[in-house]
Amino acid sequence: MENTIQINIIDRAGERHELDAPTDMAMNIMELCKAYELPVEGTCGGMALCASCHVYVLSEQELPEPSDDELAMLDAAFFVKANSRLGCQLKLKAELDGLTLELAPV
Amino acid sequence: MRTKIETDIIIIGAGPVGLFAVFEAGLLKMRCHLIDALPQPGGQLTEIYPKKPIYDIPGYPSVLAGELVQNLMQQIAPFNPGFTLGERAEHIEKQDDGRWRVTTTRGTEHLAPVIFIAGGLGSFEPRKPPIDNIEHFEDRGVEYFVRNPEDYKNSRVVIAGGGDSALDWTIYLAELADQITLIHRRTEFRGAPDSVEKVMELAESGKIKLITNAQVVGLQGNGKLNGVVIQHDTDGEFEVAADHFVPLFGLTPKLGPIADWGLTIDKSAIEVNTTDYATNVPGIYAIGDINTYPGKLKLILCGFHEATLACQSAFKVVFPDKKLSFKYTTVTGIEGMPG
Repeated sequence: MENTIQINIIDRAGERHELDAPTDMAMNIMELCKAYELPVEGTCGGMALCASCHVYVLSEQELPEPSDDELAMLDAAFFVKANSRLGCQLKLKAELDGLTLELAPV
Repeated sequence: MRTKIETDIIIIGAGPVGLFAVFEAGLLKMRCHLIDALPQPGGQLTEIYPKKPIYDIPGYPSVLAGELVQNLMQQIAPFNPGFTLGERAEHIEKQDDGRWRVTTTRGTEHLAPVIFIAGGLGSFEPRKPPIDNIEHFEDRGVEYFVRNPEDYKNSRVVIAGGGDSALDWTIYLAELADQITLIHRRTEFRGAPDSVEKVMELAESGKIKLITNAQVVGLQGNGKLNGVVIQHDTDGEFEVAADHFVPLFGLTPKLGPIADWGLTIDKSAIEVNTTDYATNVPGIYAIGDINTYPGKLKLILCGFHEATLACQSAFKVVFPDKKLSFKYTTVTGIEGMPG
């Protein structure tokens, strides 16, 4: 499909979800997870202020560098690893096709 | 005996929607009193994103969240609302006279025939690190706030966090405590540059111990904390003796006691009808981000609308014998109320 990529999400029970993700809807990973009713709260609405969309990046795609806001939030979050990102800060773009992410514990 | 606060509408939550409810209630001659767990009004807007611009408030192409709160405070000033700040609404109870009694964490009592719950995402509580037995040590050496700095005099304190509050308390307590250890998950700090510099100076001069690339993963002690287990990214696990562990990771909203008030709750939100935003309990309304109904949007502007309609309905509860007539502010202006 045009303007559609695949994002793979491993949920907290270890189950893998292969999601069709639109790149023309200005959506991010947090919103994508919510749209597929995966257990991501997105409490702050995408302002990098709650870390409820904390994910681990498991695949090799080149991702944009985290902003200061995202790094600041990750500083206050828990279960943070070197491959931690906030889903709300990862916009769905063609380059992310095939990206595999794991939901961090809450 | 404490004095009870009596009013027409108790508003739980002093965020933008709770504040605007005071205005709409004031137009209908109903007095309001707001309760909020945070020490200042504005809710998330003040606590989390005061400097962020909001673009979807009608009539404002852009307004900073903090400014919007200031404007709302100015808009409701003529109606002299009361505030109970820094206290969380804990219990609600229906009295024999039909009024509700809302009691806070500090025991302050509020009486009114109507409650508006404008609690947003819930009340802001400290983010607790996921350490197995942390609850066991709460107030036995683990504190999420520094209430009284004197409590740390001559003791060994471990502070965790990388933001301003961790830096500021490290600097402050360095003078008082016997030994201060600051633990941060990364090498860089996000706080004010001055504070970061000061902490680095204290570490270099040996006044404090700074451990970066590490986190606290365990707590030790028999009934009272006497040490923390630290996991370092490269050096592995080791212990540090401590009388106090103060994790400072900011605040996160929790629904809290609202969940126990007998209201119908769906996914952490209170179900309301869209005629007047009443809950399943007569006299209790829920407005703003805390409520849910088909088509709900968590927007400030929707909350303003909900507050307005809830006030029209609350009028019939507050003044059962009075007739309600609809008026425009352009016609009647604003007639304030004494405090």
